[in-house]
Amino acid sequence: MSTSNQATTSGAASTPVFAAQQTMPVGPPAPRRRVKRKTWQTVIWFVALLLLTAVVLYPLVWLLFSTFKPNSEFGQNPGLLPNAPTIDNYIKVADGIAGVPMWRFFLNSLILAVAAVVGTVLSSALAAYAFARVQFKGLGIFFAAMIGTLLLPFHVVIIPQYIMFNNFGLVDTFWPLILPKFLATEAFFVFLLVQFLRQMPRDMDEAARIDGAGHVRIFWSIMLPLIKPALITCAIFSFIWSWNDFLGPLLYLTSPENYPLPIALRLYNDQTSTSDYGATVTASFIALLPVLGFFLVFQRFLVDGVATQGLKG
Amino acid sequence: MSTTTTRVIVTGDKRRRSLVRRSRPENLTRPGQRRRQTRETLAGYGFLVPWLVGFFGLTIIPMIYSLYLSFTRYNIFQPPKWIGFDNYIRLFTNDPQFIQSAQITLIYVLVGTPITLAAALGVAMLLNYRDKGAGFFRSAFYAPSLIGGSVSVAIVWRAMFGSNGPVDSALSSIGIDLGGWIGNPALVLPAMIVLAVWQFGATMVIFLAGLKQVPKELYEAAEMDGANAWHRFRAVTLPMLSPVIFFNLLLGLIGAFQVFASAYIISNGSGGPAGMTNFITLYLYKRGFADGQMGYAAAIAWVLLVVVAIIALILFRTQRSWVHYAGDNR
Repeated sequence: MSTSNQATTSGAASTPVFAAQQTMPVGPPAPRRRVKRKTWQTVIWFVALLLLTAVVLYPLVWLLFSTFKPNSEFGQNPGLLPNAPTIDNYIKVADGIAGVPMWRFFLNSLILAVAAVVGTVLSSALAAYAFARVQFKGLGIFFAAMIGTLLLPFHVVIIPQYIMFNNFGLVDTFWPLILPKFLATEAFFVFLLVQFLRQMPRDMDEAARIDGAGHVRIFWSIMLPLIKPALITCAIFSFIWSWNDFLGPLLYLTSPENYPLPIALRLYNDQTSTSDYGATVTASFIALLPVLGFFLVFQRFLVDGVATQGLKG
Repeated sequence: MSTTTTRVIVTGDKRRRSLVRRSRPENLTRPGQRRRQTRETLAGYGFLVPWLVGFFGLTIIPMIYSLYLSFTRYNIFQPPKWIGFDNYIRLFTNDPQFIQSAQITLIYVLVGTPITLAAALGVAMLLNYRDKGAGFFRSAFYAPSLIGGSVSVAIVWRAMFGSNGPVDSALSSIGIDLGGWIGNPALVLPAMIVLAVWQFGATMVIFLAGLKQVPKELYEAAEMDGANAWHRFRAVTLPMLSPVIFFNLLLGLIGAFQVFASAYIISNGSGGPAGMTNFITLYLYKRGFADGQMGYAAAIAWVLLVVVAIIALILFRTQRSWVHYAGDNR
């Protein structure tokens, strides 16, 4: 509430005419006092936000430090720093669980995520081009249907989809997780690309068409390069969503050597939570690292993508 | 630089309007135009093939099949047996677990989402005060949204809110001795709601983008009219932001209904303690995949769908009275 107040103050200060009009009757000392007050407000602003940042990021910092705590300290030492730091947890985690080494879970997660990125970007771009740049009969109905699936709870289709993939004999393979990505089932990405494609000037297609280019050429050589930033946003998000996905692999993957990281973590959580907190927490941290890495590298990209398109994490 | 309050137009759906505008050229009937139209239609459906296969094969047909299954008894090994409305009758009259599951899910959704939105809006307004330095905080607050639904974070939450965990010991040290939240039926739902609120960042980023679009002149005009900070918030910020609030509320409510991994991990798949994390999605999963009652689980899924649809409908119906769309033609 005080924000809008300050926003107008700074707005007035940046337009000299306005500031002069207001401060003239008061006399020369007034501007200095205002500057001083503003400095104080800025300091309070910084301190408040730093405190909030500390609270928000504390669970992650706690996780990082906990990976160096020996098992005996869990439940005993709720603080940040380990009393007797050790890297035993990392050594244990590297061995894996249920007879499967850690790198295998990592590799499975990576295969699923890369396939999700390729499938999502390709199929969503094709669908988005049709919705945004082609005037075909039925466009309105199908576009509305696509928006509808944006709001559809995924859980309504998990049972029939499971029965279907079970009938095809595809349970305990990656196909039930990969195939839907190649069929643009994540409406969010289609919608995001439609928004981008609609912003491209229409004369561009007209000119290309006069030169004899068909839709395939326009799509591939003109539109795709133009919406590259949006494609990258889609790629990053589909990677992270696939990396974090729990329900899909939980339903379809049954043998431990096929598990991606989240399901492997469940093994730690279910079987050893009372005895081996250290390994559980350390494996959790390792599973987060790629996402956190993506975030640090592409943060501006991700956050701006969210800001302009309303994409949720 | 004039203050244009007339720009606020109460009705009008941008999307629909642009569709109408775009489809107008189709009505022309010059010779050759029709052949071109056929070619366009062919091209359109050609590009749509993957989406159409997914839409019908993985969404529409499965939905119809799941509606059929919800009227049957089915365990995947024997063919489905038609039992009429029995599943639905059992759900609402003879299944206390379902009633509890529906109650805690509704509490989680209807308490957690507004708190998340309020926190997101509050922090967004704080960040909007200054541009310099705000980028860092914006990114820092956004990070939890990317990972909040993951198994890793759920494991962290279990440790943070467990007995003798950091939250327990911090509260104990100031004299509030609650014990562990995760094992306490009264406190595990609050711990889940805190986890939801922790992920306010994505919503905040969208609010912040919305706040940047509010014309400064509106605030200046309101201030000249003698409006105090609260009045300016009520009369300028909230109405100008209402489309963004609508968007965040709709997606927030629908997303909250679908929380699964956190509840599963925090309760070790049991939905406990005392069923207090047995969210509707977890209950559906347990019935369908642990107990093999696919027909019954399909009925739960359809109840979920109907509830989500009703909430979406209420929001869309009431938006005319509280959502203001700016009428600029950009």
